[in-house]
Amino acid sequence: MSQSNQLHDDSPPVYPAVNYLNADRGVWSWLTTIDHKRIGIMYLVSVMIAFLLGGIFAMALRVELLTPGPTIMGANTYNRMFTLHGVVMIFLFMIPAIPGVFGNFLLPLMLGAKDVAFPKLNLLSLYLYWTGATIALCGMIMGGTDTGWTFYAPYSTSTPMTLFPVLLGIFILGFSSIVTGLNFIVTIHTLRAPGMGWMRLQLFVWAIYATSIIQVLATPVIGLTVLLVGIEKVGGFGLFDPTRGGDPVLFQHMFWFYSHPAVYIMVLPAMGVVSDAIAAFARKNVFGYKMIAYSSLGIAFVGFFAWGHHMFVSGQSSFNDGAFAVISMLVGVFTAIKVFNWVATLYRGAIAVKTPLIYICGFLFFIVFGGMTGIAVATVSLDVHWHDTYFVIAHFHFIMVGAVIMAFLIALHYWFPKMFGRMYHEGWGMVAASLIVLGFNATFIPQFLLGNAGMPRRYYMYPERYQALNVASTAGASLLAFGFIIILIYLIYALVRGKVAGDNPWNSRGYEWMTTSPPPKHNFDHPVIIDRDSHDYQEPGEEVEHVVI
Amino acid sequence: MTALDDLMRRLLFLPEARSTFAVPVDRLHFFVITVTMIASTITGLMAFFFFFKYRERRPKQSTPVVVPSMRFEFVVIGVPLFFFLLWFVQGFKDYVWYTTPPKNATDVYVMAKKWMWKFSYGGDGPNAIGTLHVPANRPVRLLMTSRDVIHSFFVPDFRIKQDVLPGRYTETWFEATKPGRYQILCSQYCGTWHSQMWGEIVVMPGPEYDQWIIEQRRGLAARVDTGGDDGPSFHGSIVEYGKKIAMDQGCVKCHSLDGEPHIGPTWLDLYGKQETLENGETVTVDEAYLTDSMIDPRGKIVKGFKAVMPTYKGRLAAPEAAALVEFIKSLRTQNLDTVPSKEAIYEPVKPAPRR
Repeated sequence: MSQSNQLHDDSPPVYPAVNYLNADRGVWSWLTTIDHKRIGIMYLVSVMIAFLLGGIFAMALRVELLTPGPTIMGANTYNRMFTLHGVVMIFLFMIPAIPGVFGNFLLPLMLGAKDVAFPKLNLLSLYLYWTGATIALCGMIMGGTDTGWTFYAPYSTSTPMTLFPVLLGIFILGFSSIVTGLNFIVTIHTLRAPGMGWMRLQLFVWAIYATSIIQVLATPVIGLTVLLVGIEKVGGFGLFDPTRGGDPVLFQHMFWFYSHPAVYIMVLPAMGVVSDAIAAFARKNVFGYKMIAYSSLGIAFVGFFAWGHHMFVSGQSSFNDGAFAVISMLVGVFTAIKVFNWVATLYRGAIAVKTPLIYICGFLFFIVFGGMTGIAVATVSLDVHWHDTYFVIAHFHFIMVGAVIMAFLIALHYWFPKMFGRMYHEGWGMVAASLIVLGFNATFIPQFLLGNAGMPRRYYMYPERYQALNVASTAGASLLAFGFIIILIYLIYALVRGKVAGDNPWNSRGYEWMTTSPPPKHNFDHPVIIDRDSHDYQEPGEEVEHVVI
Repeated sequence: MTALDDLMRRLLFLPEARSTFAVPVDRLHFFVITVTMIASTITGLMAFFFFFKYRERRPKQSTPVVVPSMRFEFVVIGVPLFFFLLWFVQGFKDYVWYTTPPKNATDVYVMAKKWMWKFSYGGDGPNAIGTLHVPANRPVRLLMTSRDVIHSFFVPDFRIKQDVLPGRYTETWFEATKPGRYQILCSQYCGTWHSQMWGEIVVMPGPEYDQWIIEQRRGLAARVDTGGDDGPSFHGSIVEYGKKIAMDQGCVKCHSLDGEPHIGPTWLDLYGKQETLENGETVTVDEAYLTDSMIDPRGKIVKGFKAVMPTYKGRLAAPEAAALVEFIKSLRTQNLDTVPSKEAIYEPVKPAPRR
């Protein structure tokens, strides 16, 4: 079985005549499909549209911030724009991006299964996503929601702007997330191919497993929270508004109880992508497989108890501040374990420097810098100055963009041939990757400095002393945008005219490559039996050299 | 040590450290951020180095199985944990000191509202909008509350920040180390003009501050007793005096001087205009209406505007109110129209004048 990807070394790659893309035809066959691969592709298109929208909003913000005064829009438009940027990027892109697209597409392939455990539920999650996304977007644009994605009470409960549609949208999106998570957990438990013990799972699967647990456990809390805000807003009950007897800090506790673990909903799958991709491009066993797998679970667990570090200046007790700070440090330790292991995986590998490697190099820098500035803001005395300034913005963009979007791009390039059977242009891939890594640094390093200088977030106008750094950041953002446009162009070109990739262009040993690329409708043409570990790069019968460091 | 501190501050774009809390915070900041930069650069470069050193030399090259030893795992967990806990211990120690105001601190009450800061010194002390006078080298405790939504009191030069909540008091304190003027920013998003909710802390040498507070008390008493006959002297025309008061008291934050609608009605051509009030009545803007509106701003709200203006009762002496009226009267164009003010648009017109 594991030999199938070693065949046809010299013959030109063949595009499989019948595959999941052309097995059924017509729009209707897509909209009613229960094939996890097609659902993954539809997620891909949806989240890319969301990313494009969120990116346009971001560019509008950056252009507005070119001058200290008004530049291209009014104060209220600006406030709506950053709300749109935040909500779209977080709820419509970041959270569903890697699980929705790559989780859906790859999980059954990596398990040697025909599909996920509940294929119809899987389709439902996509429709819930579309419904929630449409309601949230239309609601925000027509209602002028101006609360920021954090919806802090009592501002949110007292703003004259319409809030109900966006809250309803997020409520529905939450269900999409829960359903996906539940589906993945059951799939991983029940649909592993014969021979695939837990310690043979690919690290991406482990990451998705940890993510799904958070999705199922934490998402109901955000649903509950937005429901309560909605009830207060519509019914006038005093839940968070102190003038009606409510408690505004209660809202923050509830909000961050979801929204901090949500960071790991976004980051854990990214880490999983990197673990798998590093092994494939270094042709090597993942160093410290168990440490990486367990640290995913560790982050998922500890992540539930760190939410209070968002509230150091909210007036909560100093004891709480200290407790939340120590717990946050533990997340840092788990992340550090992973980083050491990734770098050690490269050691004595046989590294093929392709486009994803550029992103991996960027990713490693970004996650260490972003992660350690996270430790810095969790160091309570330092957070006092940085809280709600651009330092925090830069820190979480290092994680959200620097780590998650880099991983999304790694996944997109690494699995593009798996999904479509064609190759992107390597040269343009390298150019765009270099541009994006550079542009990212140029965008967000000035924002760290802005935060040091004291510029608060969500500032439409700012004192003149902050202008130079703002201009630098906007310039970097244009570079970043340019990089993304290049990617869009060469990927669309590759989709139509790209070279046929063959079944396993990277010679990867990941289980998903054991079938054709693109895979047939039911994933495997033959029964799957697993007789080796997932990142096992030894050829059969080969002498294995063991090194202990 | 200070020279190195200053260099680091400049490299990191940090503002001057002007409070006793700022110095230990900055030192820890330099330590943490230096380690962060070194660690992330080494990680990135190491990956890059491995790309070349261990590049694939032939297709399907075989690689050794590298496994971690106990010692490696210990280092991997121990080293980061050591640094993180070290930072935590130092940071938390400083933080506990920062959250425990000294007993001898001067108390100032802070009231935040969209989009201004109000300060009062308690008892018969003075109060002010936008500007907080404090002594240097003495601890000052701020007791803060909000009248509407959550705001956050942020002074970059002091490295202090504290959310200001409606319905409860929060406190913070600082000891400024050098006389000067320092900006207050609101750092918790609070709506349209969040980004303009600025104030200023004026740090005065101790004796000068003592003198100032005595004068303020006396001035305030005089205003109440005699109608302010011995109010602060001002050399210049009454119109210029009115303009200075408009700036000092923050009137121009909401009332534009150039005809553009803002949070409050514009003052240009305001005098003599016919305004429609919320209750449908009309009123001619004359001296009486203008003075009334300073003392009881919620009494007669012009249609289309919100009742957001605070009262200036007790904060304006009679000559000051008169000077303001004269200043408003001086703001005229040739084409005075008598139609009511345009409704408030909560859109920016131009950056609010900066002092």
